[in-house]
Amino acid sequence: MKKVIVGMGTCGLSAGAQQTYDRLNELLQARPGTFELTSTGCIGMCYQEPLVEIREGGRRIIYRKVTADLVDGVIKKHILDDTPTPEHIALTINAAGELQGPESDFHRLQQRIVLRHCGTLDPESIDEYVTAGGYQAVRRALLEMRPEEIIAVIKESGLRGRGGAGFPTGLKWSFAAQNKGDRKYVVCNADEGDPGAFMDRSVLEGDPHAVLEGMIICAKAIGADFGYIYCRAEYPLAIKRLNIAIQAARDKGYLGRNILDSGFDFDIKIKQGAGAFVCGEETALFASIEGQRGMPRIRPPFPAEKGLWQKPTNNNNVETYANVPWIILNGAEAYAAFGTEKSKGTKVFALAGKVAHGGLAEVPMGTTINDLVFKIGGGIKEGKKFKAVQMGGPSGGCIPAELGETPVDFESIPATGAIMGSGGMVVLDETTCMVEMARFFLEFTQNESCGKCTFCRIGTLRMLEILTRITRGEGEENDIEKLAELGEKIKENSLCGLGQTAPNPVLSTIRYYRKEYEAHIFDNSCPAGSCSALVDFHIDAQKCTGCTLCAKNCPVDAISGEAKKVHVIDNSLCVKCGKCVTSCNFDAVYKR
Amino acid sequence: METADRKENFGYRLWRYDGAPGELIPLLQSAQDYFGYIPRRAINYISGVTGIPESEIFGVITFYSQFRLQPMGKYMIRACAGTACHVSGSKMIIETIQDELGIEVNGTTEDGLFTLLTVACIGCCSLAPVVMINDETHGQLTPASLRKLLRKYKRREAAATA
Ligand SMILES: Cc1cc2nc3c(=O)[nH]c(=O)nc-3n(C[C@H](O)[C@H](O)[C@H](O)COP(=O)(O)O)c2cc1C
Repeated sequence: MKKVIVGMGTCGLSAGAQQTYDRLNELLQARPGTFELTSTGCIGMCYQEPLVEIREGGRRIIYRKVTADLVDGVIKKHILDDTPTPEHIALTINAAGELQGPESDFHRLQQRIVLRHCGTLDPESIDEYVTAGGYQAVRRALLEMRPEEIIAVIKESGLRGRGGAGFPTGLKWSFAAQNKGDRKYVVCNADEGDPGAFMDRSVLEGDPHAVLEGMIICAKAIGADFGYIYCRAEYPLAIKRLNIAIQAARDKGYLGRNILDSGFDFDIKIKQGAGAFVCGEETALFASIEGQRGMPRIRPPFPAEKGLWQKPTNNNNVETYANVPWIILNGAEAYAAFGTEKSKGTKVFALAGKVAHGGLAEVPMGTTINDLVFKIGGGIKEGKKFKAVQMGGPSGGCIPAELGETPVDFESIPATGAIMGSGGMVVLDETTCMVEMARFFLEFTQNESCGKCTFCRIGTLRMLEILTRITRGEGEENDIEKLAELGEKIKENSLCGLGQTAPNPVLSTIRYYRKEYEAHIFDNSCPAGSCSALVDFHIDAQKCTGCTLCAKNCPVDAISGEAKKVHVIDNSLCVKCGKCVTSCNFDAVYKR
Repeated sequence: METADRKENFGYRLWRYDGAPGELIPLLQSAQDYFGYIPRRAINYISGVTGIPESEIFGVITFYSQFRLQPMGKYMIRACAGTACHVSGSKMIIETIQDELGIEVNGTTEDGLFTLLTVACIGCCSLAPVVMINDETHGQLTPASLRKLLRKYKRREAAATA
């Protein structure tokens, strides 16, 4: 029988997957028993959502942009009459795993370890997970391996933390294992605060059991009996699926007392974040779980010694844990076969911004930026020119197109002045102003600074003021030097990673795009044509209907034109407030 | 945590509180879910039950951006200000909402219908720029299409009250 699977991650749902599912369900009700209907998490092709897969005899056919209307035509025809519609097919995967169809390139370079189940399994069904080999790793770790053996395998695999810093995971576990305590904790960092990053969300929504498995194995390795998942409140679907997964795992005896008769106890509780970026920093995260303001603590003592509730604690990122069961089952060598000398395995990237194919891709470490942007991402939208990628979010930096051959790994990326970060890769084109980009990130970190360290609290505000001035065309001669000097001081004098990295977006854009800063300051111009104060506004004669709204809204009467005739902006009067752009009902006003 | 049934749980949660540490934030979250914001009296109850001073509770509330001390509008508009949305013009989008509704970010319209908030990232970056109105996500917006959308909500409300 055919199995029809609807992609129902957040990306699918926001594109209308619920309506698609409902329509399919109506179809099924009308003809019971003709097919099986389930849902799955994000398969990565967010730009083609809602996606519907029809699976039969080992062959998978994935239809793209299946809105509810398309169900009645295209999908119905395929399910009931066996007549596929090739124009709507994104991808076909035959029984041998060969790819066909327009979206093959998106998948060809990928190596899916963390995302192995995302987009194929129903995340709300533990039975599907177990059938696919789920909880075998827990079984092996709990029944056949000693804690030292587990840690040895993780060390040999070369797995490094995926939360940003890339600390060797096996080593981290060995610290927590060595420290004595009447209680120890395993914590999973699912705060994913970087704007432009959604890897962890997709893993939690698409394969929650893999994360639970990773945590159980870690607990056994370090000798913990309780775990927390700290998940941001903006991810309601991830929280819901985690709750379902935890309950199912308890019912099946993978969580709770005496797991699989091994004599080992472990349980997990979810803690919801409350909207503070700094709580992604592990010591602040502990404070938040404890119910306090999420302020970072001084270390040492390190979490492995005194973490949550002052007990030895191991904290890892979602993606880090999701790798663990695969490594236990397939062995350290198989994992280390992927990647580069010092960065093993794969990394999930969230491609977003001006890239044609925005979505989620998992590639071996060492894949180049160009391959990610062009081969997987399909190049730049609207045929524009590739300018840079921004990696690492507010703690990271921009890597210019000229360095597109840089491999993504924990050594090469920091050498460019950016950081690996958690995997957000925002692609920028020629219309993105780098000064404005830096200002955007600084506004974010300034806002999110917890206020504990003076340099982070006030220094970032001063930097933001300077950057805002520059983007308004009010830059001063030594502004660039001031920014660089302040940036260095903030890095030196902050307690946690937030302040230590906050100046990175500014410093890295000064390094590669100093000329753009200078053009703003000395020539009063924005080369990318983006900063409102430094460009001219125009009305597109093709789109203007002469409705007069822009003229009525203009505070300085710079717009003239008769009713029902094309309007014109007098740029000598214009104060660049942008009111005409936001008031136009026809998107006829543009900047240049 | 129990997102779905947390609504009726504030009283129950308070009653069930057994002195376990770390319960303050979940209590505040259930209060906010129940009342729509955190009213003075909820702080009072929580302080009474947990013994945590009100001043400390205030400190926690104001630290986290999720908590609100004022009631919210019927429609909560969350405009995404994440990186992908930013490079796709979210600034114009936010200005359009401000202009159309006559409110600032964090403000609520006088008729109590709309509250405008910005969020760091909704996570559907491939639909940028994105705005969420209550639980519905609207993507690939332009100032013009956004105005149409907001007017649709306004009309629906006007029709409902007429
Ligand atoms: C300001 C700040 C925000 C952070 N946000 C996150 C986050 O959202 N998710 C995450 O996994 N790690 C985050 N980290 C890193 C954590 O402190 C920690 O290093 C990480 O969770 C360790 O996990 P790993 O070893 O698996 O990478 C953040 C760090 C800082 C300084």
